[in-house]
Amino acid sequence: MKKLFDFKTRTIVATGIGAALFMLLFMYVKVPTGIPETDVQTAYGIGAFFAAMFGPIAGFLIAFIGHAVSDAVQYGSPWWSWVIASGISGFIVGLVYPRLKVDEGVFRGKDILLFNIFQVVANVISWIIVAPVLDIVIYGEPANLVFTQGAVAALSNAVSMGVIGTLLLFLYSKTRSGKGSLSKE
Amino acid sequence: MKAKLFDYIERDNFVFNLSGVTKLLCFLILTFTVMYSYDIRVILAVLVFSFCVLRASEIRFSQIKIMLYYVLVFIAINFVLTYLFSPQYGVELYGAKHVLFQITDRYVVTAEQLLYQGTKVTKYLSVIPLGMIFLLTTNPSEFAASLSSVGVNYKVSIAFSLTLRYFPDMIRDYNDISLAQQARGLDMSRKERLRTRLKNIMSIFVPLIFSSLDRVEVISNAMDLRGFGKYKKRTWYAFRPLHKNDALSILVSVLIMAGALAMAFGIDHGRYWNPFVQ
Repeated sequence: MKKLFDFKTRTIVATGIGAALFMLLFMYVKVPTGIPETDVQTAYGIGAFFAAMFGPIAGFLIAFIGHAVSDAVQYGSPWWSWVIASGISGFIVGLVYPRLKVDEGVFRGKDILLFNIFQVVANVISWIIVAPVLDIVIYGEPANLVFTQGAVAALSNAVSMGVIGTLLLFLYSKTRSGKGSLSKE
Repeated sequence: MKAKLFDYIERDNFVFNLSGVTKLLCFLILTFTVMYSYDIRVILAVLVFSFCVLRASEIRFSQIKIMLYYVLVFIAINFVLTYLFSPQYGVELYGAKHVLFQITDRYVVTAEQLLYQGTKVTKYLSVIPLGMIFLLTTNPSEFAASLSSVGVNYKVSIAFSLTLRYFPDMIRDYNDISLAQQARGLDMSRKERLRTRLKNIMSIFVPLIFSSLDRVEVISNAMDLRGFGKYKKRTWYAFRPLHKNDALSILVSVLIMAGALAMAFGIDHGRYWNPFVQ
């Protein structure tokens, strides 16, 4: 039975490695859409994959640590409101973890739909509500600017999680052999 | 893509000899102060202070050049965007309107807006040296120890130190896979159409993820075999004990924060310093 808030050694290590991957992609691998400042961050796709595989705590920490450290080495200091929002988006995607059986090779239509519902909800909550509100509370930014930025981020991160996350989960499930897949002749 | 992001060069001076915990605490206290306050006088004081500490820590300019460049670009974009989206935000905030000159009907330059945006620029500027000091003067092995001693669960601290440890390996893996795929004819550059490029990126991600998952198994088995997580607490090899200078530094940071809060509640009656309405 998968427990939602398990934090085993495997989860800890997956968190560390996942955060390193997240950081790498967050800094270097962006897909430009043609509109400035709205690059699709591929990191969120990987973050969602790890969150769905290892649960909400891993999901939260991967996005939180990855985002905070890459901000720190690039800008000298993390932009806390967005770092927290990143973490929350990972956490919410991670809530789907007990309902999926990717490890046993199952990731079909219903699971794909479920994963995508969770990731869209996660992006809406974290980028259209959490990030702008924290921007206003912590940094005193003007409301219409941060809500526009939030909406753009929600859209592009949902695309990243929806495309990259879904594909990775699907491909990974193909490499796993399912329960009872052997048959007696 | 370069594997080297920042240098840690060991030196022997006041800032370097502080414990990592102290630097983390001072960083958090001072960033909180600057994030909270919207009084440009307080923020300028912190700005001057943090640049003095940066100077005292003997960090070379070449170490922080790229960061500074990124930050200045970020501040410039934020400055322009703020004005484009909310040219009257300062007026709303301070409840007064002193027009300096007019560009169009919507875009009026007011003293209030200038104060608001100027304060914001100094806010961002003053946080940067603080972060750089913490990052560049703390031994990377000490980060996890300092996180754990400010109360973060040691399992989370271990995850954090694994991130720092495996980041260079990840860059190397990514480069290897990317070069191998390019040798097989996958075009990753801007010449290719967006859809094809997304597909090509996936052909890097799949081996990268699979090799990372293998790595997760190997490392977690090794840690389990050595009895990781048996006890509720653990000690850190890289932990630096606290001395008199550490207490002094924390005291100074707390005093600065107390001063800023006293300014806010005693003189300004809120986060914002409002010279326009008395």
